[in-house]
Amino acid sequence: MLDFIQQLVSGIALGCVYGLIALGFVLIYKATEVVNFAQGDLMMLGGFFAYTFISLLGLGYWWGFLLAVLSMGLFGMLIERLLVRPILGYPQFAIVMATIGLGYFLRSAAGMIWGTDDLKIDNPFASGVIRIGNLVLAHDKLSVIVATLILCATLYLFFNQTRLGTAMRATSENMLAAYYMGIPVKRVVSLIWAISAMVAACAGVLLAPITFIHTNVGLALGLKAFPAAVLGGFGSIPGALAGGVIIGVIETMAGFYLPAGWKDVAPYLVLLGVLLLRPEGLFGMVARKKV
Amino acid sequence: MQFFFKTTYDQDLRLIQHRGQLIAYLLLLGALAAAPLLLSSYLQSQFVFVFIYAIVGVALMILTGFTGQGSLGHAAFLAIGAYTTAYLQSKGVPFAGAGLFALDLNLPWLGPGKLWLPHLGYFLWAGLLTGIIGAIVGFPALRLHGIYLLIATISFAFIVEEILARWESVTHGNEGLRVRALQAWGVEIPTNQVSFYYLCLAVLVLVIIGTLNLMRSPTGRAFIAIRDSETAAKSMGIDIAAYKVKSFAISAAITGLAGSLYAHKLSFISPEMFTLLLSIEFVMVIIIGGAIGLHGAVLGAIFIVMVDPLLTWVKDDVPSLAAGIANVLGLGAGRAQALEQSLNSIASAAGLKGAIYGVIIMLFILFEPMGLYGRWLKIKLFFQLFPLYKRASFKRQKTYVKTERNR
Repeated sequence: MLDFIQQLVSGIALGCVYGLIALGFVLIYKATEVVNFAQGDLMMLGGFFAYTFISLLGLGYWWGFLLAVLSMGLFGMLIERLLVRPILGYPQFAIVMATIGLGYFLRSAAGMIWGTDDLKIDNPFASGVIRIGNLVLAHDKLSVIVATLILCATLYLFFNQTRLGTAMRATSENMLAAYYMGIPVKRVVSLIWAISAMVAACAGVLLAPITFIHTNVGLALGLKAFPAAVLGGFGSIPGALAGGVIIGVIETMAGFYLPAGWKDVAPYLVLLGVLLLRPEGLFGMVARKKV
Repeated sequence: MQFFFKTTYDQDLRLIQHRGQLIAYLLLLGALAAAPLLLSSYLQSQFVFVFIYAIVGVALMILTGFTGQGSLGHAAFLAIGAYTTAYLQSKGVPFAGAGLFALDLNLPWLGPGKLWLPHLGYFLWAGLLTGIIGAIVGFPALRLHGIYLLIATISFAFIVEEILARWESVTHGNEGLRVRALQAWGVEIPTNQVSFYYLCLAVLVLVIIGTLNLMRSPTGRAFIAIRDSETAAKSMGIDIAAYKVKSFAISAAITGLAGSLYAHKLSFISPEMFTLLLSIEFVMVIIIGGAIGLHGAVLGAIFIVMVDPLLTWVKDDVPSLAAGIANVLGLGAGRAQALEQSLNSIASAAGLKGAIYGVIIMLFILFEPMGLYGRWLKIKLFFQLFPLYKRASFKRQKTYVKTERNR
């Protein structure tokens, strides 16, 4: 039982990271119907930015964290302007390939700039545990869960309580109608990319103590976060988080209780099963086209 | 400039529209047949890779270009074809030729036994088996579309990769399998020989002709109708489910054939050769070639296979070349050397290839969305209409984001 809870907590922590990346997927998809395969690589880049600010420039953890997140926001806007805006409206497959190309490029560029070694960020949660009876919970895992909860609450308030958030929801509901209502759609989409990149950067910094930062971390996690987003229904923000946690828990449990090899496949098996039974994902909505 | 007046409907269906086309293709075929006599063995081997990639490109073109269903799992189909080849070869089945072979079975309620199956050589088995698996993968695809389908194919590819690594009694796991030289009708065809080159060329030509025939048949037209609008296709009475499964099966079967040749070409296969990156490379073939026709698949294959030696050449020769030019321009030996060194360090940076791949994909999608074949059509039209060519004839119409949520 103790093992089970221990595994559950680390599964949830891993799942929160998947959920944060999946959240980035979903934000962008909802707004522009673009699936950003480079989301995991944005997370990787966020980690490297934080490493630069914290470890190389010595700015301290929280300042470095903030600067990394802000600069990733700018970077997201840059990507939107240069790569995504010109190809909006292309067949979806072409856009997916463009973001895959972007991912390739970011991975190699990061490898050239920061090298291919595993890097580590000094952080306040690195060691230290909470003991509840015999249960030992590490700070780094708990910090991921807490930070994810805070981030999600902030995003929820932002989308539901602010004017800009409402404009973003309107844009993702119907771009043309939002435009007619006087919403500056281009600027809103650009901001959504910024938010998505910032969320990815948060995931990257939070993940840094658990798995070190290296160039391929984004690809590996992005490919797991993707099923998470699909499982949650690809258009639903709580769904993305729930999907992430489900995938994370399944993966950790499969790694602990099942023979070797199941760990990597289990999320995909579950995903295929869910897609067969509910093609729109667990939390997705089906809208039928009316002619 | 020639004009072709169409007087019968048959003219639309003809594979070869006019005599000029026939002559051009026969010349191309003749040149390819004569090529091994002139090429070095390295280039000949690169050509074989071009043929194999082009076969996969054609297969992916049927599925993605013509039916509009994306797939990032074709490396798995290639792997199934390759492993079928290696396994059946170890059972003594020849590449082609009729006969029987035995499968050792150990059924729980019958005990050990042998299952005798007829075969026409493992080449056809590779295609058949991959086609059947492709149809099975196609079934979930009936309910999925767009991004959901893409992730389903990726999941399928991961699962196949893991099975190949774990099913050691058949695949030898991560140790990989050795593939012996090809034997057909009692004749041995070693991979590095001219005859293997001709075999791959022949398979490619047959696949292309078969695909052209498919695409002018009712089935092919149904594929294109599904790509252009599922709703419209459905209201014209097309059974979307059946045709999507057919498209998957045909595409997978052709990829399986390519897998068989691929296994022979590499003469050693292991699971880590068939990763997502290979699938992405196959999609690059049709994106760079242009997903508008079969020419695109071949042009894309040439590009993808040749970009590697080209990059190596750039890496090795450009720094000293640049230094030479700098010397001639009178920059002084010291500066020229510094230039050479800095270029060398850029060229030898790890992961340069990935960056260049990424940039190539992005640039093609941004600036040449119809690929190399689209560029060729533009150049052709430029000369056909010589002083009157208008850039706007290929300009993309203003498109809006078409939602895929309501369908």
